[in-house]
Amino acid sequence: MATIPSSPAAKQNRIGLSVIDYRGSKSTLCAGCGHNAISERIIDAFYDMGIEPEHVAKVSGIGCSSKTPAYFLSRAHSFNSVHGRMPAIATGAAVANHKMLYIGVSGDGDTASIGMGQFAHLMRRNLPLIYIIEDNGVYGLTKGQFSATADLGSRLKSGVVNELPAIDTCALAIELGATFVARSFSGDKKQLASLLKAAIAHNGTVLLDVISPCVTFNDHEGSTKSYKFMKDHEEPLQDINFVPAFEEIDVEYEEGTGIDITLHDGSRMHLTKLEEDFNPTNRIEALKRLAEARENDEVLTGLFYLNAAQPSFTDRLNLVDRPLGTLPQDVLRPSKSVLDKIMDEFR
Amino acid sequence: MASIDVALNQGTDSREHRELVTNNFSIQVATVNGSGSQSANSVLLRTIFLMGVPVSGKNLFPSNIAGLPTWFTIRVSKDGYAARKRDSEILVAMNPETSTEDVGKLKPGSVVVFDEPMKLDTLRNDVEFYAVPFDKLVAPVAPEAKLKKLLRNMVYVGVLAHLLKLEMAELEVAISKQFSGKKRATEINVAAARAGYEYAVANLQSTRFSVERMNENANKIIIDGNSAGALGALFGGVTVVPWYPITPSSSLVESLMDYLKEYRLDTDGKATFAVVQAEDELAAIGMVLGASWAGARAMTATSGPGISLMAEFTGLGYYAEIPAVVWDVQRVGPSTGLPTRTAQGDLLSTAFLSHGDTKHPMLLPCSAAECFEFGMKAFDLAERLQTPLFVMSDLDIGMNNWVSETFEYPEAPLDRGKVLSKEDLDRLGSFARYKDVDGDGIGWRTLPGTEHPNAAWFARGSGHNEKAQYSERPEDYVNNLDRLNHKWETARTMVPAPVLERTAKGAKVGIIAFGSSHWALLESVDQMQKLGIATDYLRLRAYPFNAAVQEFIVAHETVYVVEQNRDAQMLQLIKMDIDAKYVVKLRSILHYDGHPLEAQFVTEGIANQEAK
Repeated sequence: MATIPSSPAAKQNRIGLSVIDYRGSKSTLCAGCGHNAISERIIDAFYDMGIEPEHVAKVSGIGCSSKTPAYFLSRAHSFNSVHGRMPAIATGAAVANHKMLYIGVSGDGDTASIGMGQFAHLMRRNLPLIYIIEDNGVYGLTKGQFSATADLGSRLKSGVVNELPAIDTCALAIELGATFVARSFSGDKKQLASLLKAAIAHNGTVLLDVISPCVTFNDHEGSTKSYKFMKDHEEPLQDINFVPAFEEIDVEYEEGTGIDITLHDGSRMHLTKLEEDFNPTNRIEALKRLAEARENDEVLTGLFYLNAAQPSFTDRLNLVDRPLGTLPQDVLRPSKSVLDKIMDEFR
Repeated sequence: MASIDVALNQGTDSREHRELVTNNFSIQVATVNGSGSQSANSVLLRTIFLMGVPVSGKNLFPSNIAGLPTWFTIRVSKDGYAARKRDSEILVAMNPETSTEDVGKLKPGSVVVFDEPMKLDTLRNDVEFYAVPFDKLVAPVAPEAKLKKLLRNMVYVGVLAHLLKLEMAELEVAISKQFSGKKRATEINVAAARAGYEYAVANLQSTRFSVERMNENANKIIIDGNSAGALGALFGGVTVVPWYPITPSSSLVESLMDYLKEYRLDTDGKATFAVVQAEDELAAIGMVLGASWAGARAMTATSGPGISLMAEFTGLGYYAEIPAVVWDVQRVGPSTGLPTRTAQGDLLSTAFLSHGDTKHPMLLPCSAAECFEFGMKAFDLAERLQTPLFVMSDLDIGMNNWVSETFEYPEAPLDRGKVLSKEDLDRLGSFARYKDVDGDGIGWRTLPGTEHPNAAWFARGSGHNEKAQYSERPEDYVNNLDRLNHKWETARTMVPAPVLERTAKGAKVGIIAFGSSHWALLESVDQMQKLGIATDYLRLRAYPFNAAVQEFIVAHETVYVVEQNRDAQMLQLIKMDIDAKYVVKLRSILHYDGHPLEAQFVTEGIANQEAK
């Protein structure tokens, strides 16, 4: 993968922008919040991929995670909407302008509780959107209640124990029709960066669940979404190496140790298998591995499922090339003769 | 009310029930839902229309797919009154479940056409019964059993053609039109109608009611308000239509889909529109906001329960200032209410939909023609005002067939509101999204995708300053709220103004009404004139009101606000808007039984209050 420039101002990406062009305003989240690390990786990924910030639109719901679009890509339009409803805003926008690249940021409460209905239908539509769940198992902005992704038996600072099973958003996303489903950890720079870049290259719904410990309300002993727990229990599925379409692909991989995946835009992803029989293009296998990890009390990370061939929601709409939101009057309003013809039908 | 009845010439008085009646009566067809009577009733309506006689039709149907009773009434009115009339003079009794009650409700001198085996003719001796052996008549023309049930309905149309002196040639044209010229469907339906007609000619005397050709329908069409609204959206340049099915609004979007597929594909067959069936109304309005934010002309259509679900997003649209067009084809609430009955009961909940200080413009179409006109105008206003806007139709306008003037092709170009392009930004350098640079309370916006580094702004439902940056500063909040109020004042001058529909010399009584009530009001004003009550009638076409509303109230001693809800919702909105000293002039006429308003109800209500 491309290295992160150490002195951003000095370097430029392939479209001549520096990393500063991809930054946002200063984060107002707690110092050490996993979400800030994710924002950093997003900045790097868009910079590395050389995407025009003006071609990106950011959408979010409500919560700590949903505030983060302010902290990256300030040259991109952004819509911080209402709790759990980011998918509807994203769907409308993607239909109105299918030429943009959409990134949605949500949280575990925003997605797995209040937003579950819209989440399900967005996955089902395969809307072209990178849907990131910044997942800490806890409601941060309301000061530390359990969310629906909190693991069974995990404990709050106050000592309250979660007695309900966690919702696995990745398993659900695979079940519902998302075409790129992965999990990562905010502290795993390399894996998260590769997955984000591959997500940018994908055409369809990317569901990227990023475990992102809450340093204030959920990073103590007994929390299953703490830094310590993650370091001890994370089990990566593959070593992921992403090669963008615009880079010359000259890396050769040893037969039998991994597989190459070609994404929609021609980019390639090389997955070095840690397990002999894992194939990320097999839904059933992916669901099986997620279920097993859960039984074994492991947090499985990596790319679980990918289907690069499935048409996206906007592909299926058979739209004209020019975005609907920019069509001029002569296209939008039929002629007088059309009205006359219709009126005759009602006589 | 007998004296008012006589004065109003409503229906037939028992003392004169041998009098001949031409072009002034109502037909009620009582059938079972799902029996296919809709086509027959439409043919009947169109036949009278083609004879140049003013006519209107109303379907009173249950919230059910098949099996429950349904009534279709057709009013023939030489005076052009299109509102529901309290009594029908002709009953076509096809439903054994309701026939006894239906016959019992008739005034003496009425006419009953019934299916012979029901033997209704023993029920009363002061109405005229016409027994028709439907099964016997339909057997020779219906090749399959399945068609028999449907074609029985066309048989009563043929019977009525003789009883009411309808022109068979026009009836055949109407049948052909109904079945879009499909040869076989037209033939068997014509055969069924003829079977009924010939039986009636041979066996039944014609009634004292008749339809006689007039020339009132030149350049007119028959259309329902939902189709008209769909055409308004089509010619208003709609591009994104997220929706969730709900009676009585579904047919608006379904018609729109048909029109879009027909008229909005480019030469390569690619769509210049997108229709998305959402998972619920929350998602539907959210998609509208997302699409409008990205520059589309987006709309959805719903009814009361959907409006309730849209509350949260509507507040976001108001505060983040995102255009949205929402049709509320109102039905009876609260809750599920009566899904197939009409009301004007969503005014207050829609005007202030969502928490905090919010208020939303509403357009109030009274007719199919206004559904078309406002269907276009709604987009112009929503984009110009950068706010969610509601078109408050109702089931009566939306789902019933109306004779309408032909729609006029719009002269004014689309108004896309204040949008800055890349070139504008090159010139300006930058902009502040929520700054009132023009003094009308409306800022300039940019669309996602604008190729300029300073084009982006951050849309949010949280507190923000002029530059759309997060802010909790009290002065930023107050500035914003006050500017939104200033925008509201601008809206008053832009929405359709009220129309003074009727004036009488020296009238001390004023009437304010709107929407589907209009048709009853036109008739009621005439009725009151006969009773010696001179009235002026002002029809509202939008909220917020302009100055004309208070002026009208000032100019009259008493003003009746006529509306179709229990809580006098429009009167409450007017009260909030006018000088408190005029509030005492306001009175209410409230109709909320789910049936379309009829003139007599208004006339009686006002006459009684005026007599006090």
